[in-house]
Amino acid sequence: MTGADAILRALEAEGVEVVFGLPGGSILPLYDAMARGTTVRHVLARHEQGAGHMAEGYARASGRVGVAIATSGPGATNLVTPIADAWMDSTPLVCITGQVRSSLIGTDAFQECDITGITIPIVKHSWLVQDVEELPHVLKAAFHVARTGRCGPVLVDVPRDVQEAELDFSYPDEVSLPGWKPPRRGNSRQIAAAAQAVAAAERPILYVGGGVVNADATAELRALAETARIPVVTTLMAKGAFPESHELHAGSPGMHGPKWSNWALNKADVIVAVGARFDDRVTGKVSAFAPGALVVHLDIDAAEISKIRHADVPVVGPLKPVLAELARELGARALPGRTDAWLAQIAQWREQFPLRYGRDGGQLKPQRVLETLRDLTAGRDDVVWTTGVGQHQMWAMQYLECDRPRSFITSGGLGTMGYGVPAAIGAKAARPDATVVCVDGDGCFQMTSQELATAVLEELPIVVVIVNNGYLGMVRQWQDMFFEERFSQIHLTHAVPDYAQLARAYGAVGLTVESEEELEGALAEALACGRTAVVDCRVDPREHCFPMIPAGAAALDVIEYAPERDAEALAL
Amino acid sequence: MSARRHTISVLLENKPGALTRVTSMFARRGYNIESLAVGPTERHDVSRITLRVDCENQPLEQIEKQMHKLVNVLRVQELVPGESIERELALLKVAAPPSARAELMALGEVFNARVADLGPDSIVFELTGSPEDVDAFEELVRPHGLRELVRTGRIGLTRAARGANRSRPKVLV
Repeated sequence: MTGADAILRALEAEGVEVVFGLPGGSILPLYDAMARGTTVRHVLARHEQGAGHMAEGYARASGRVGVAIATSGPGATNLVTPIADAWMDSTPLVCITGQVRSSLIGTDAFQECDITGITIPIVKHSWLVQDVEELPHVLKAAFHVARTGRCGPVLVDVPRDVQEAELDFSYPDEVSLPGWKPPRRGNSRQIAAAAQAVAAAERPILYVGGGVVNADATAELRALAETARIPVVTTLMAKGAFPESHELHAGSPGMHGPKWSNWALNKADVIVAVGARFDDRVTGKVSAFAPGALVVHLDIDAAEISKIRHADVPVVGPLKPVLAELARELGARALPGRTDAWLAQIAQWREQFPLRYGRDGGQLKPQRVLETLRDLTAGRDDVVWTTGVGQHQMWAMQYLECDRPRSFITSGGLGTMGYGVPAAIGAKAARPDATVVCVDGDGCFQMTSQELATAVLEELPIVVVIVNNGYLGMVRQWQDMFFEERFSQIHLTHAVPDYAQLARAYGAVGLTVESEEELEGALAEALACGRTAVVDCRVDPREHCFPMIPAGAAALDVIEYAPERDAEALAL
Repeated sequence: MSARRHTISVLLENKPGALTRVTSMFARRGYNIESLAVGPTERHDVSRITLRVDCENQPLEQIEKQMHKLVNVLRVQELVPGESIERELALLKVAAPPSARAELMALGEVFNARVADLGPDSIVFELTGSPEDVDAFEELVRPHGLRELVRTGRIGLTRAARGANRSRPKVLV
């Protein structure tokens, strides 16, 4: 068979059911092999960036490796943003790119670019396949590296002549990578030391990141939290990793997290970081973060230990067995009732510092959109959310309630505007049973709206709810708060484009909401219609996202919503 | 372990782009490399990089752990002073009119620097020694007119002595 056939046989052997891509010159042999037959479904994106984010959404919704395919040159460079996004958020991704013929590499040939070189800083590893005989081993290794250890993206660049060359295909059972040795288990003595530290704590907290979801360790996390009655804060990447309706859930820490969640994390005496990386959006000013707390850090990636915050008790290993062992150790040590006072304190902060926003009866408030979505989907276990990046994303984090892992899919580390729509399509491909809702901003939506065509034609229906404030809202908020209200290049307008008409042009349902009265009906209709639908919710552009910890400020110095500020704005 | 500069010996697979992955990681993480020497080892499929790093901004441990995440990297080991030997090769082209030749050659002899080439008005010295020896010789000949200089960057190995082996160089994961 040819190299192109071998790629498909390898994908089939890996159990890949769906790939996302867009053909072009240097990847023609692979698409020709697809036409000859494969069990792998190909979803045709409208832009390679869309294909990459779809593969990410698929991976995050399913827990499996996402696969994106693009041609050489611009096709490959269009994948760079999704690759960087997957790198920052540890999303397992295999990207397969066509490359110009081997004889042309280095000659500046048409659509040639050094994609392995370009992506070195943002992949776990990459391969330029120079001999067709290497292909089966390289693909085996690619999937292995993407999903073992700390998950992340890899890239396989295949010159056109390698796709066309003949080989005797056999897919290896084992992979030989002498330099790739992810940890297999945590050190038992370290785990015992961790248990000791937690058992001795008066104000312990579990600070949970996306690593718990990647490790499929949410059941172990819950058992651990319940064993010793430790409160849990979940980062943006871990939303849903611990049920948000659980009495031990203490919200989400970080720049726009509720004040009580930040207080719980920052006033703890022992922080157990689990698959979290002390990101600056969580810590604020590092030197002022959780002063005096002893840190237990559990992570699969040794390089995260003490990278930002010194770990007093590090445990490097796969989180599933590490959390199970820690729960066992702690079960033998923890004193019943020890954390009661602490839990009561957090509950009191929760009462004291609720999320607030103005309800002046004027324009539709963006927060109201999220509250209505939350209420309309309450109790449903078949809803998967995706978001773009910005204010709407933070409101989604604040107001939506997720009780299951992999039900909230967002771009955390890279903060990629335009992630939401294609990620939703990928999630729908992974979870055809689910209602997939993309909460988007008007700025984000315009970056990848062309993928509505993919959703409609590939029959992967998604609901897009645009929190349309007519501005690059988060930029507006920063310019308002930190640049003396000098608004610069942020006005997108509510009306151009007309999002409902645009949706209809793509064959989707398009609805416009301009007042609170229309909101619930339109959202309910979109959720129930079974088709791709876009709900354009035109909201108050003056609304800021509070609370907020300004960049570089201490996490305890939270700026909250102030009603008097609203009154001032109204008076203007 | 509070010294600012450290020497790290890295074994990596002899594959295309492997060296680039290491240097790119240093660049993007903002780590400072003072010198880097790469070459073959006793195994044809493995290369060794000897790196001299400045740990002013990043602890050595973090640099080593990041390096270990690279798929092509097989082993990362600090060469601890006293438990390892380090050498460097330098070629120095020094201005040497006939009047200065004798003095320069005497200097060379003190440092065991070989005369690799001799021209009408310059000498090329070849010196192998500890990087500190090379520094010292460089300073000595500089006043005579150091026309060109090339240094390989330090290379190193752990000592052969049993005592050094018993105290086992730290293998870092």
